[in-house]
Amino acid sequence: MGRAMGVAGLLAGLLLVPAVLLGAGFGRGEPPPDPQPAPSEWGTGSDAVPEDSLWPLPQSLRTSRLRLQLAPERFQVVHGAGSSAGPACGLLQDAFRRYYEYVFGRSGWRKPHRASPSARGELSQLQVVIASPEPGCDGFPHLASNEAYHLTVTEPVAILKADEVWGALRGLETFSQLVHEDDYGSDAMAFNKFNVLHWHIVDDQSFPYQSISFPELSNKGAYSYNHVYTPTDVRLVIEYARLRGIRVIPEFDTPGHTQSWGKGQKDLLTPCYSGEQPSGSFGPVNPILNSTYDFMATLFKEISSVFPDAYIHLGGDEVSFNCWKSNPEVKDFMKKQGFGIDYAKLESYYVQKILDIVSSYNKGYMVWQEVFDNNAELKPDTVVEVWMANNYAHELSRVTRAGFTAILAAPWYLDYISYGQDWTKYYRVEPLNFPGSEKQKRLLIGGEACLWGEYVDATNLTPRLWPRASAVGERLWSSRNVTNLEDAYKRLSNHRCRMLSRGIAAEPLFVGYCPHEARWQ
Amino acid sequence: MAPVAIAARALLLLAAVGPAAALWPQPQLQRSPPAPARCPLPPARFRFAHAAGSAVGPGCAVLDEAFQRYWALIFAAARPAENKQPWRTSCTELLISVATPGCNGFPNLDSKESYKLNISRDSMLLYADAVWGALRGLETFSQLVGRDENGMYYINETEIVDFPRFPHRGLLLDTSRHYLPLKAILETLDVMAYNKLNVFHWHIVDDPSFPYESFTFPELSRQGAFNAMSHVYTASDVQTVIEYARLRGIRVIAEFDTPGHTLSWGPGAPGLLTPCYLGKDPSGTYGPINPIFNTTYQFVTSLFQEISSVFPDYFIHLGGDEVDFTCWKSNPDILVFMKKMGFGEDYTKLESYYIQRLLDIVSSLGKGYMVWQEVFDNGVKVRPDTIIHVWKNKPPYAEEMANVTKAGYRALLSAPWYLNRISYGQDWMAAYQVEPLKFNGSTKQKDLVIGGEACMWGEYVDVTNLTPRLWPRAGAVAERLWSNATVRNLQDAYVRLADFRCELLRRGVQAEPLFIGYCDHEFGGF
Repeated sequence: MGRAMGVAGLLAGLLLVPAVLLGAGFGRGEPPPDPQPAPSEWGTGSDAVPEDSLWPLPQSLRTSRLRLQLAPERFQVVHGAGSSAGPACGLLQDAFRRYYEYVFGRSGWRKPHRASPSARGELSQLQVVIASPEPGCDGFPHLASNEAYHLTVTEPVAILKADEVWGALRGLETFSQLVHEDDYGSDAMAFNKFNVLHWHIVDDQSFPYQSISFPELSNKGAYSYNHVYTPTDVRLVIEYARLRGIRVIPEFDTPGHTQSWGKGQKDLLTPCYSGEQPSGSFGPVNPILNSTYDFMATLFKEISSVFPDAYIHLGGDEVSFNCWKSNPEVKDFMKKQGFGIDYAKLESYYVQKILDIVSSYNKGYMVWQEVFDNNAELKPDTVVEVWMANNYAHELSRVTRAGFTAILAAPWYLDYISYGQDWTKYYRVEPLNFPGSEKQKRLLIGGEACLWGEYVDATNLTPRLWPRASAVGERLWSSRNVTNLEDAYKRLSNHRCRMLSRGIAAEPLFVGYCPHEARWQ
Repeated sequence: MAPVAIAARALLLLAAVGPAAALWPQPQLQRSPPAPARCPLPPARFRFAHAAGSAVGPGCAVLDEAFQRYWALIFAAARPAENKQPWRTSCTELLISVATPGCNGFPNLDSKESYKLNISRDSMLLYADAVWGALRGLETFSQLVGRDENGMYYINETEIVDFPRFPHRGLLLDTSRHYLPLKAILETLDVMAYNKLNVFHWHIVDDPSFPYESFTFPELSRQGAFNAMSHVYTASDVQTVIEYARLRGIRVIAEFDTPGHTLSWGPGAPGLLTPCYLGKDPSGTYGPINPIFNTTYQFVTSLFQEISSVFPDYFIHLGGDEVDFTCWKSNPDILVFMKKMGFGEDYTKLESYYIQRLLDIVSSLGKGYMVWQEVFDNGVKVRPDTIIHVWKNKPPYAEEMANVTKAGYRALLSAPWYLNRISYGQDWMAAYQVEPLKFNGSTKQKDLVIGGEACMWGEYVDVTNLTPRLWPRAGAVAERLWSNATVRNLQDAYVRLADFRCELLRRGVQAEPLFIGYCDHEFGGF
């Protein structure tokens, strides 16, 4: 339906198919018992229209051909009877308004409208009921948050039940996807039910994080004064994410990938030698100086308080030993410690000390797989992120056999672009397809789509990310058996048009069109 | 985790835009003194003006509008306070002198785009044979202007003599596989001018949709567009594109590809396409245009009559690529026709028959034509002034270029420049390293290569990703077609192109990064 067709056409499209939906996170969450609608009313999901665009697909779904109308001037999202959350729950109040706007449009064409001839009744309310006595309105989402919800749409009131607010957010997204002709938007991650933003905030090239304890790090290490994230920016990101049920896990990768740190923190990096003389270039963080650990203790203390999540990503990948090997003081230290010529031991020594520092702040940590591969001693609750594409199933098997929690990123490096429909490649991945016991499988807690920044900035980020990351979003949310590519193509095409209509410049899957092309233009 | 460490660290990490003077594409000749004098440009007082004795004066829309555009591009960020700075400078005026009159015409294949720029403390002069060259010179001038840390605009003493290596430097957009809003096309024309590209090849219709609103056959877009109201180009849209392009010295060549690639034509033109058969019955699907009916040629005549009058360029692109014979083979009427014509089993003869008649029709309308290479490969008799568009990589395009020019036809190269085919990393380099004249042939043959086109086919491209996918990658092709054949140092190109893409960002173009780094003005943001 084109915009040119005018208000009547849009309004006639504002219909909701009564539905029962159960959603749950990746392998967890106990759905409440489902009510039984009258059998004759319910058809299969595939021949009704709106669910053709549900993304990611709910764990369980039953729909009817009955259509209900929604009138913008009458329809309300409210707290239901018996809910432990009320108008004091700012997170839900915000979400109610946000989703009302997605459904009806922000500017709101509050013009008189005709009833749709095909609609039998009207839906006047969506009641949201939070069951848990601790709804979580002011808290942060965490690894054990319950994102399950149960949505029942019947005339005249729809009921969305969830244990915690995080499930209610997921259910509101689904509700909005059930409504035809929806509008507007802001955060594409929530549209895809992603719940963790892994913020790889600093690396070799630049240090844009403005540290309170060490302001010189970004003063000297950022590309420019314009290219920093101030404490206010960081807080904004964290709160924006929280309101959408998204955790923010920062990564401060050490001891490698730290070239930009050296500019603002003297003596932090290892001076490399060329023969007997310092060459003027620097290597990884210098692991032999006490001052290094004093610095890290202060920095990670700050990070621990700035980022509320229980986890910090500590990196630990791709440490090159060349510079350490060239440095005579490092060599002396190796000898003293009895490391021989095994520089992986020096790396472990460093990582160990960092892990101890971070543990002392009551934070858990995530590390890239090398830290595990190099046999650094890890706390049992360490989360190991598997990123190397070569035989990642085997790595998952090893990590979980050793009893560690694992996260999969290897098959989902979205920065690796190629010609054609590469989303199918990401979609086809089955994370649990690795050799291992049931217990091992339970240790895989999910995955991450990665968009590394060598070739990506604000100019091409959004179309490169969406809808390709949506393929990962569904793999991590939906049931294991949701694997039909044709069905996914159809739903994902519609989902990308919905993202477009919400103002996200999601690129096309293939030839075709959306009713509303690129409204931000 | 980030594989960059291994891949590309060897390449220099260029950071900020330095002071101005990194030009893209590189002029043919630039002379600057070893320590060039720096002359401040005062935004409030600076103006473009016609030199005494110029064949073109005030009232020439092409230049008047270009003056406005370039003033805004150069001084976009100038704040009023800075305008009042009492700079003592003689660089307050760029004088433009054009040798031959002509402001109201359209650029064509023979248009003169050469120009000379003399920038000194005493005077700033731009000479051009024609207004089209003046446009190119204004672009270069705008790239020469820098800004120092105090916000002062300046230009360094220099002398530039410049002209294009090839006269046809094109960019193809596909508005059938996805509809591109008018604004996206106009923005592309702007960036083409920044890159000195001069032909917009508008692949306007194809199998998936027919967005061109024809006044002779309105049903074509009514039935064949993705949406007859919102996903069409009206007559006034088309006029807008043509005039917008003209003001930037860009030709618009429309492609109406037949007899294949026409599925979207079918619903609005009953009887035009060949009904395919399954055994003895029509299968309900359709193939290429039906070449055996007179009604087909009546339709084609009327349609191309309209197209010839709507699009002022001498050339029309007639397509002619990828004709699938399966449907023709299934159709009993066509089998009868083949026998009658004595074509035997050779369906390329039927294709040639169609194309020959089409070419005659277009010739009779006083137009020249371009065709995809298959038309030449299949031995269709074409006029000697036909331009053969080389797009296939098998056999190697160098062989095809040799064959086409050996037969005496003019050739246009696109095969190595399919920018829709993306891959990981700095693929602009492959596009940049192409040498169009590297094929076996005489000097006379080489002279028949009129240029090339970067192609952005639309299977996976729409307005969401068009601009970052095009720029700065198409810039690599632009320099190859404009600059001297000897300009091919990759490191130097990297530095200039990274700089140029920051300039594009500053001008509001969503051009993607070449590699790690940053620009002073990032795109968008809060």
